[in-house]
Amino acid sequence: MLSFIVSAIRLGMAFLFGSTGETIAEKSGHLNLGIPGVMCVGAAMGCYAEYLYLDYARLNAIPFLAIIIPILATLIGGALMGLLYSFLTVTLRANQNVTGLALTTFGVGLSDYMINKTGPIYTKGSKFFTTSLPFADELGWFGKIFLSHGILIYLAIIIALLTSFVLTKTRVGLHLRSVGENPATADAVGINVAKYRYLATCIGCGIAGLGGLSFVMDYLHGNWEYCIDAIGWLAIALVIFTVWKPNLGIIGSIVFGALYIASSYITGVSFANKELFKMLPYVVTIVVLIITSIMDKKENQPPLGLGLNYFREER
Amino acid sequence: MGDNVAIELRNISKYFGNNAANKNINLKVNRGEILSILGENGSGKTTLMNMIAGIYYPDEGQIFIDGQEVTIKSPKDAFDYKIGMVHQHFKLVDVFSAAENIVLGLNEKFNLKKAVASVAEISHKYGFEIDPKKKVYEMSVSEKQTVEIIKVLYRGADILILDEPTAVLTPQETQKLFAVLRKMKENGKSIIIITHKLHEVLSLSDKVAVLRKGEYIGTVNTAETNESELTEMMVGEKVILNIERSEPKNTEDRLIVKDLDCINRDGVMVLDDVTFTARSGEILGIAGIAGSGQRELLEAIAGLQKLDNGEIFYNDPSTGNVENLRNKTPIQIRDLGVRLSFVPEDRLGMGLVGNMDIIDNMMLRSYKKGHSIFLERKAPKDLAQHVIESLNVVTPGATTPVRRLSGGNVQKVLVGREIASAPTVLLAAYPVRGLDIGASYTIYNLLNEQKEKGVAVVFVGEDLDVLLELCDRIMVIGSGKVTGIVDGRTATKEEIGLLMTKTQSMYEKEGL
Amino acid sequence: MEKAIKKVKTVPFHIVKRDPMAWYYNLLVRAGAVIAALLVSAVFITLMTQKNPIEVYASMIDGAFGIKTNNPDLRSLRIWSLLQNVAILLCISLAVTPAFKMRFWNCGAEGQVLVGGLATVMVMMFLGDKLSMPVLIIVMILASVIAGIIWAVLPAVFKALWNTNETLFTLMMNYVAIQLVAFFLKYFVKSGSGVLSPMPQFGLPRIAGKDYLLNIIIVAVITILVYIYLKFTKQGYEISVVGESENTAKYIGINVKKVIIRTLIVSGAICGIAGLLLVGGTNHTISTTTAGGRGFTAIMVSWLAKFDPLYMVFTTFLIVFFDIGAQQVSTDFRIPNAISDIVTGIILFFIIGCEFFLQYKIVLNKNRKENA
Repeated sequence: MLSFIVSAIRLGMAFLFGSTGETIAEKSGHLNLGIPGVMCVGAAMGCYAEYLYLDYARLNAIPFLAIIIPILATLIGGALMGLLYSFLTVTLRANQNVTGLALTTFGVGLSDYMINKTGPIYTKGSKFFTTSLPFADELGWFGKIFLSHGILIYLAIIIALLTSFVLTKTRVGLHLRSVGENPATADAVGINVAKYRYLATCIGCGIAGLGGLSFVMDYLHGNWEYCIDAIGWLAIALVIFTVWKPNLGIIGSIVFGALYIASSYITGVSFANKELFKMLPYVVTIVVLIITSIMDKKENQPPLGLGLNYFREER
Repeated sequence: MGDNVAIELRNISKYFGNNAANKNINLKVNRGEILSILGENGSGKTTLMNMIAGIYYPDEGQIFIDGQEVTIKSPKDAFDYKIGMVHQHFKLVDVFSAAENIVLGLNEKFNLKKAVASVAEISHKYGFEIDPKKKVYEMSVSEKQTVEIIKVLYRGADILILDEPTAVLTPQETQKLFAVLRKMKENGKSIIIITHKLHEVLSLSDKVAVLRKGEYIGTVNTAETNESELTEMMVGEKVILNIERSEPKNTEDRLIVKDLDCINRDGVMVLDDVTFTARSGEILGIAGIAGSGQRELLEAIAGLQKLDNGEIFYNDPSTGNVENLRNKTPIQIRDLGVRLSFVPEDRLGMGLVGNMDIIDNMMLRSYKKGHSIFLERKAPKDLAQHVIESLNVVTPGATTPVRRLSGGNVQKVLVGREIASAPTVLLAAYPVRGLDIGASYTIYNLLNEQKEKGVAVVFVGEDLDVLLELCDRIMVIGSGKVTGIVDGRTATKEEIGLLMTKTQSMYEKEGL
Repeated sequence: MEKAIKKVKTVPFHIVKRDPMAWYYNLLVRAGAVIAALLVSAVFITLMTQKNPIEVYASMIDGAFGIKTNNPDLRSLRIWSLLQNVAILLCISLAVTPAFKMRFWNCGAEGQVLVGGLATVMVMMFLGDKLSMPVLIIVMILASVIAGIIWAVLPAVFKALWNTNETLFTLMMNYVAIQLVAFFLKYFVKSGSGVLSPMPQFGLPRIAGKDYLLNIIIVAVITILVYIYLKFTKQGYEISVVGESENTAKYIGINVKKVIIRTLIVSGAICGIAGLLLVGGTNHTISTTTAGGRGFTAIMVSWLAKFDPLYMVFTTFLIVFFDIGAQQVSTDFRIPNAISDIVTGIILFFIIGCEFFLQYKIVLNKNRKENA
């Protein structure tokens, strides 16, 4: 049971990075369907950087650098993907759905290519990411659940809480939400819609990229699997599941993680039924989507301007 | 004098495609002055103001603020020059509270509590009533406008632009607004107010600038002018309309509307006990302040609006049957054999499909005919050709998307289609809005033709002169209520004007 | 008066919407985009392979048409495989098109195709040896079509009744379908390997001894049917009206809810057929990757063709050509297969981006200084 919860948390945090990043983008009005691709590229960039660093440092690798270098690489990779998306949708006003899907195709390809260069094993690097707090083992189940994790797990929670705070309690958040709800209004009061959308998307993609890194380096212990895009789609589902609230996302992501792996921990479930279990996160998301649309509560709806590009002189 | 100029426009032009929305406009507003911009619908008032507010960018010309040439390329720039605009269509975020909307876009330290307090203070100072924490989607129209105005005041704008602010207000609220504006003027602010209501211009402003079809006609001091001079500047010639009006012949009750009630999504009673009869061979005019329920009334008859109470009876001239049209869909109404045509207010958003060509638009009403699963394009093609020729529609051809036609030609296509089905009832909402004089007369003639053919015509208009010269009877509605039905031949403008505000004055009498 | 006013720079240009352009201009811009994409991909591939780009392109064309090989069988195999891939992708693109024309963002083709395929494979497995061939084929068609319809109509019903966001709904349905297939493979494949061995004996018949000819003919027919449906039928007209303006649709009495549901039935049915062609006519088995992302690529194909079925033949061909070509490059130069996705991505970016130049124009601002 303990190891089940711990695994659910570790997998959940990969979702949480992705959904926090996607929430930021969606709050700005960008339905970024490129997130799966972004997470792939983010993970690949991080792994690649780790590979290069460890190759260079050999046995003298400094733990701090071994962690910070891949994280930075991931952030840069994700942000660049976001930049590409924003350039197409904001500057060139391309259809968001199509651009996002193209980004996913591109991102999956690019990450596969990069991984092919280095091989899919990063267990050496993974050790740096799974090092837990020193006194975790001494505190029994409490230590196991709350303290036994690597840095990315805590980072995910911090970013989610921070995002939630920024969105609801700060001016930047207010402006960002107005850009996603009603860009014409935001524009009329002097908010630079393009700037907000560019930044939100790039930052969001950077964060989402960390989800890919967390999935590979933490949850998979450095053994790359070619299924990060599936994690990405679940992250998008999580955004809906948590009605665009990153703080709810912390709980939601663990629920998703638990649903995703539950089958392996429940004894007596056949291989076949395990696949049905994996269906649960999607089904639950659909149910949430339906319920929120039937209740029609304004606060729980997708941002009004979601998926729509803004052009001031349109008439 | 020159030192006192707050904002000046020189030779400003703006083009949309090949149409000049504004051409060589010159304006000057001093500090502590209220300037009215007067012009008919479609004269380019809003476009011009949008350029000052940074929404549009001028194609030609210069803008000076305090004597310095400036470039306003975004609303942010406009705000930096202390220009604030209250748009006709409110620019508010629905899921935000009033206070959140008011502080939106500012760079001061984010403190909602403080914002709530200062909003309350401003409200108190000018006599607004607003709950700063109320969400916009829960607000009435006038509350939303209040938020918009406070938003501009909160920003300390020195130059205020208000686009048709009174269109949605009761006379009471209008007076309150004017008092606020006068107070601001005393504080040295410059106010530009867009309107097409002459009495407001005369009672409020110091100077009046008149636009006509995108061109600048001139600026006059309000003290030195009068209604007829302004009207002349606005329309270009004396308003003797000379619309032909024949005596109604063989009238019979065609449409009997009884006790209609309609409550809209905001819980407002938009139709309140509306009862009237439309007769064949007659034009029934409907007058009223914009948004008094005209749209809902016509849409209810056309089967597009759910009603809470009331009946709509239709006397079928061919069978003599009486049908109740209440809560029937447009298809069901047509299936009853009711030949009802409807020219809606929103031409390209409702009456026509902008991206489709004239032929396909002709088909909108008739495409279902016959049992074939395939479309029949021959008849619509002939009809398109017929409409183009008989109504002189200026278009490269029948396969041109209607979006590319000018406003008048779009309306000819729409009206042409609607009368092609030989209706017995013709509903027309603001059919000449934004049209030039020539096109307007074409439409008047078409309506008259229909009347002479025995059609019951219902004409919703905004120009009282037109209503008085065109209609046989005029029904006036105010806030969803019928306030009177008068004879178009004997009624006066003042009489109708009075009826338009009647419910509100009763409201005042009750001491509320 | 002497207030310091920040001097704002004059913007050098601004962007305005342009009137629709002549066809040759459109063609020119699009061709330009493709050429630009080719150049960028060439640079990209050259950097990775250190090979002459001309050789790379030759390899691409070879992959699609078999120009280099002297073996006529291999050449014909490649061309048939190209046509087959075009046919399947085109079929799915056609399927999503009616929905897109209605502005219903059906991102669920992947799942709709997959359940269509799943239904087919189940019929093959359980009824294959019990029914005669003609009956079996009819049952397969019915099963796949119904499965596709169920998957598509579910989001449509909720969209119609409660305006539930269809993009997100359909996306989720994809993964429900994938898991359903995964479940099926684990449950019914007795070996537990999760791999179902092909059952060509129950597949769709071969025509004139060609493996894929039937698929290609069926898709050709569907292309023409969809073209006619959208352009010449009353239902197609209703789809256009609803897509262009829901208000107008209501005004003339179109039942928008009914049209949404009906259109998604059509959309789902064609997806189901695509599943049938993939499983019954091509693979004779199913896996979770049978649709292979085509459901998503189809969205882009349809959009790039501006929802016109005839243009779609070209856009499909273009995408498939690059996909297969890049795969050949990866084989010839021993670089990872992923190169094909990357090149497809680049091509898409360029074509998506070039739309901007078809819809907008950049106007240089005149010098407005003379009077200052």
